[in-house]
Amino acid sequence: MTAAAFGALADTPSSGRRKAWMRSEEARGLALISPTFLYALALLFLPVLIVIAYSFWTQDYLDIDRTFTLENYRQALTEPIYRDLFVRSLWISLTVSIVTVVFSYPVAWFISFHGGVHKNLWLFLVTVPCWTSYLLRVMSWKVILGYGGVMNTGLISMGLIDKPLTSLLYNSNAVVITLVHSWAAFAILPIYVSLQKIDRTLIEAARDLGDSRLKAFLRITLPVSLPGIISAFLIVMIPTVGDYVTPRLVGGKDGVMIATAIQAQFGKAANWPLGAALSVTTMVLVSLTAAAVVLALKFTVRRIR
Amino acid sequence: MADRPMIEIANVSKFYGIYKALDDVSLTIGEGEFFSLLGPSGCGKTTLLRSIAGFETPTAGEIFIDGVPSLALPPNRRPTNMVFQNYAIFPHLDVAENVAYGLKRLRLSAQDERKRVGDALDQVRLSGLGQRKAHELSGGQRQRVALARALVMRPKVLLLDEPLSALDKKLREEMQVELRTLQKAVGITFILVTHDQYEALALSDRIAVMFGGRIAQIASPKEIYQRPRTRKVADFLGGMNFLKAKVLGEQGNAVSVDAARFGAVNLDKPQGFAATNGHVTVGIRPERLRLLWDDDRAPHELAGRIENRAYFGEVTHLTVGVDGLEQPLSLVETNSFGADDLPVGAEIRLAYDPEAFVLLAEDPPVTRV
Repeated sequence: MTAAAFGALADTPSSGRRKAWMRSEEARGLALISPTFLYALALLFLPVLIVIAYSFWTQDYLDIDRTFTLENYRQALTEPIYRDLFVRSLWISLTVSIVTVVFSYPVAWFISFHGGVHKNLWLFLVTVPCWTSYLLRVMSWKVILGYGGVMNTGLISMGLIDKPLTSLLYNSNAVVITLVHSWAAFAILPIYVSLQKIDRTLIEAARDLGDSRLKAFLRITLPVSLPGIISAFLIVMIPTVGDYVTPRLVGGKDGVMIATAIQAQFGKAANWPLGAALSVTTMVLVSLTAAAVVLALKFTVRRIR
Repeated sequence: MADRPMIEIANVSKFYGIYKALDDVSLTIGEGEFFSLLGPSGCGKTTLLRSIAGFETPTAGEIFIDGVPSLALPPNRRPTNMVFQNYAIFPHLDVAENVAYGLKRLRLSAQDERKRVGDALDQVRLSGLGQRKAHELSGGQRQRVALARALVMRPKVLLLDEPLSALDKKLREEMQVELRTLQKAVGITFILVTHDQYEALALSDRIAVMFGGRIAQIASPKEIYQRPRTRKVADFLGGMNFLKAKVLGEQGNAVSVDAARFGAVNLDKPQGFAATNGHVTVGIRPERLRLLWDDDRAPHELAGRIENRAYFGEVTHLTVGVDGLEQPLSLVETNSFGADDLPVGAEIRLAYDPEAFVLLAEDPPVTRV
């Protein structure tokens, strides 16, 4: 058998090698992920490529002029209206992600460190709001923040104000409040996971070496759970930049974000290339901002000694 | 044992609900002493160590560390440092940062801090590995980092929670020698928790054997091995042949018993000794029984037959049946004279020394739930 096998291998080395490769870990791994990979390629990668391609073309009434141009990017970056929208979108999403992480961390910390045997129940409760439609959750904030809403009537009955506040709804604050509420569960879960992975004896060791509870938290728990903070931050920040529904429903004219402008270009204005350029610019800006924040977080945490 | 007490544990109890983890434990550990808490898992030894460190709060009693009542003090205010069982090396810091962790609070100059970290790393023979990350260290190295991190704080007491249990046998034996040398060099009190009796015997000045949340005996390694007070202590510290013996007479601190085929034996009374129906338990260690070859003669002899044997390389464990004894005797013979070649069923003669018998007190009944 060996002699024959060697002979066959010597005759057709490439087919032998190919057979060996077909049986290898690598081949099996690729085969396993290929359905997902093809799906991602077709529905994620290709659309992005098409959007990028469009961003370099020009709308010519009902046709697309396919000559390469940077005109769309010039408009996207220099027109004051778009610049303002970019700045506001990034600002709102940055605020939302910071506030969400700051509010979510103590919740996740409490569940992880003091949840006892009811940890799973707590986590389950955290996800309960996500069971209703996203739209309903946003709409319910209109009820809370509105002119005759829960907040205003509450404050009036407590005697803190005499007439309803109009500054609660239809501005960027309302957008921030609503988005923080919508995304809280998505921030709590990754932070919880990273806290859960912390070996509790690390904290005991820190206490043993002279740290107070607070010091041990700042020097051990916080830095070791940083990956969870970063993923929570990214999970919240990246989608909120392009959020369309919330600004539309509770943002009023002060709460308009870039997604509304992009929608307009693909819709009423019928300028797909400009819409594409705005989308690509948003992607690049959000990536840069996210990278900057991640680096800043890592740097800050390394400074805690 | 040094003359000045460093740790005094006074009537400490710890209950988890109705479960007694520690049941009225009292003991004193001297300055510069290497003290071991030895016992099976769940005997309360770790709870006691963690109570000294401040991670557990006893339900009753008081712990004095260098004369200071310490139960109300949090771990960071006690002059103790601990080496954790899993070493608890901070994963986000390198070796030098791990060792320097506790020093930050002292606000030393950068130069002084570097020097102390360097000295501590030298002490545990890790010089030059300061820049390594935690995940790049072997088990033995992690243990050394944990030691250096605790010793650099210059604690009055170093607490070691089964520090060698995660290491393989060879490394463990190496580290035992090093730990002993290190303790002699730094001269502070070491308290070691272990379930490995050989480790406790090899390292300690004194050993406390614990069962069921109580201390069964505190003594030097030699005394605790040769003169165990109760049957359980004797059993935990190694092989022991137990025999039922009849009390012949008592005189002061001495008891004379009839140890079946071994004849009349005079023994010291252990503390808490009481005969039940005129019967007591006596014990003799397997290595105190000796095989007699050919023409060898001994003042005290016994004939028997090999029922079983187990080969352990340097020694052979033999089980020898003796007429008139309820249980066969076990004995340990070195293989220098060919004990490993004796067939099962061979008729042999044993020599024993009546002085080697110990009288064992009954163990207190286990009261925990």
